[in-house]
Amino acid sequence: MGQSASELDFGNIMQIVRNTSHDGEEKIRDRIVSNIYARAEELAERVVTKSQTRNLDRTIDNILTSPILGFPIMLLLLGVVFWLTIQGANVPSSMLAEGLFWVEDRLTDLFMYLHVPTWLDGVLIHGMYRTFAWVVSVMLPPMAIFFPIFTLLEDLGYLPRVAFNLDKLFKKSGAHGKQSLTMSMGFGCNAAGVIACRIIDSPRERLIAVITNNFVPCNGRFPTLILIASIFMGGLAASTYSSAVATSVVVGLVLTGIAVTLLVSWTLSKTLLRGIPSSFTLELPPYRKPQIGQVLVRSLLDRTIYVLGRAIVVAIPAGIITWILANIHIGDMSVIAYVANSLDPFASLLGLDGIILLAFILGLPANEIVLPIMFMAYLSEGAMLELESLSVIRDLFVSNGWTWLTALNVMLFSLLHWPCGTTLWTIHQETKSSRWTILSFLIPTVIAVGVCFLTTQLVNLLGIL
Amino acid sequence: MGLTRQSFGAASLREKFAISTKSGQKIIALAGNPNTGKSTVFNALTGLNQHTGNWPGKTVLQAQGSFYYLDQEFVLVDLPGTYSLLANSIEEQVARDFICFADPDATVVITDATCLERNLNLVLQVTEITERVIVVVNLLDEARRKKIQVDLGKLEQELGVPVVGTVARSGEGLDDLKQKIYDLAKGRINPKPTMIKYDIRVEECINTIEPLISELHLGRLNTRWLALRLIDGDMTIIEGIEQYLGVNLSDSFKSEVSLEWAKVQVN
Repeated sequence: MGQSASELDFGNIMQIVRNTSHDGEEKIRDRIVSNIYARAEELAERVVTKSQTRNLDRTIDNILTSPILGFPIMLLLLGVVFWLTIQGANVPSSMLAEGLFWVEDRLTDLFMYLHVPTWLDGVLIHGMYRTFAWVVSVMLPPMAIFFPIFTLLEDLGYLPRVAFNLDKLFKKSGAHGKQSLTMSMGFGCNAAGVIACRIIDSPRERLIAVITNNFVPCNGRFPTLILIASIFMGGLAASTYSSAVATSVVVGLVLTGIAVTLLVSWTLSKTLLRGIPSSFTLELPPYRKPQIGQVLVRSLLDRTIYVLGRAIVVAIPAGIITWILANIHIGDMSVIAYVANSLDPFASLLGLDGIILLAFILGLPANEIVLPIMFMAYLSEGAMLELESLSVIRDLFVSNGWTWLTALNVMLFSLLHWPCGTTLWTIHQETKSSRWTILSFLIPTVIAVGVCFLTTQLVNLLGIL
Repeated sequence: MGLTRQSFGAASLREKFAISTKSGQKIIALAGNPNTGKSTVFNALTGLNQHTGNWPGKTVLQAQGSFYYLDQEFVLVDLPGTYSLLANSIEEQVARDFICFADPDATVVITDATCLERNLNLVLQVTEITERVIVVVNLLDEARRKKIQVDLGKLEQELGVPVVGTVARSGEGLDDLKQKIYDLAKGRINPKPTMIKYDIRVEECINTIEPLISELHLGRLNTRWLALRLIDGDMTIIEGIEQYLGVNLSDSFKSEVSLEWAKVQVN
């Protein structure tokens, strides 16, 4: 009775609403919202008087987030940061390598003096110490340059502006604008980025952000990308341009990562996680003068030392295991060669080799150790090079059959492959769902395999190599 | 006819929002953007007489507290900090539902004097729902430091609701605020907020829909505002009406409506 009457009335009203308000023109909600905003603006203009002195922030924002200049400035800044890192890291890297390998020689002398058995000498010096030396000399300088600059930009308040610029793209992908923020967090650490996805209210959009966070390189993967780009891609060009080439490769990779993020978000929002993006307000905090001293200390302690420490802690046991695997023989083949050989056919389809793939698999606990494992595995195969400068790494790779295509595929695979163990665990914590965790593993893996496969086949087909 | 509204008095509505009131207490809602000093105002007014919990069925924090002014006891309900009431998030929905369905005796909107324009968006949306609004322009000290001046008198005149300037941190203006709350809740002042004029297209839609809604007799619910929500396709308001006004819209009707909206949104 009473209820049915109201039902009827409401039904009529909704019918009329449909007829009156929707005829394919601009969405009525947008009109309503823009009317409210216009009124607020008008009101503010009438009651607020501002002295002109304080409008510097607004002026800077208008440039940094302008539709025309916003993106070029972002690219430029990204480029400058990487260029400084690549250019600046060369010298200290070789100095560190020299110093640490001088110590290695002295340690060997000491071991010989003490008549330490050869196998122990192998495990400790060639397994443990050499890995440690490599991780430190290869990873420390880029990190010590990259992280302070990145922290400086963060401290200045630039990252929210990046998020602002990217917001539109994310909305077009059917995702939440806040995903640009969680993605930016991912540049630091994907696990942190996944936790940051809590700021997104809609479960659908949060899942998209969680699953795609992995596509931006984190602290653990940046050194790998930067190193391979500078020793391999940079080496392709004349030495005057090598840093510039290496920089553009890294910038290109980051852009690829963002493009894949958007593409996967779009695909998910059209298939598994269908829905309409919700809107939000992004507050642009005022620019602050960064406290340089604090930035230096914080980025060195919180990031550089932290990442390096993690790398060493995981790399040392990994180094020992790798050394042992490389020195235990099945027939006339070492275990590592055996496993690598069995992975080889598949890996070569992707333009990688068995050892690279093995390194990525063993690197599941932490991306930082992928490169050290590769060194160890290659070095253990008899190619005992006197490693004293960065160019030797290149020689080591080349002598193991690397081409620029291998380097490119390693970088692409590193960028796109499965999330590290910590991130996967965090995803499980956040989603409380094994299904989404497995999917967060599978989607990047399939993409990484697919992209590397296509790249390799395309290059082979065109015969560019 | 139609709705059996009698059984849903204000008291039972407040229960649905987990607000405990004794008779004679006045309910004051506290709204505002994040980072405007809303919590400072809340703490300054209620002191230690507060308790926190969750909004019923939501994982959103609810804080309420009480205070006396003159002969009157007030219950102050801290709504989640939001930028709008368009129900984009659970927080916005909670804040909106409380303001429009719990029928508070006054709604205080805290704004930040240093970025008033953005804060006014929320103010305008609140004054669309209810007339009993007080606008607080907080952080006046920061505004002074940034050489920003706000003409409070003119703002009051433009909005059509009382405006109070405060520096909640130091307590400046809070007595004035309490006095205004008292006057408003006691019915000594009756604000007439200036309505937003929408463009012709939107106004046409309102003119068609609003009279139909008035016939439903949904009590204090502002018909113009409800018309706007229906026009903009906000399904959550229908949920709200069902939940808080006890109107049961049949499932088939609802699914039909949401299907239609889904289509509309996709286009």
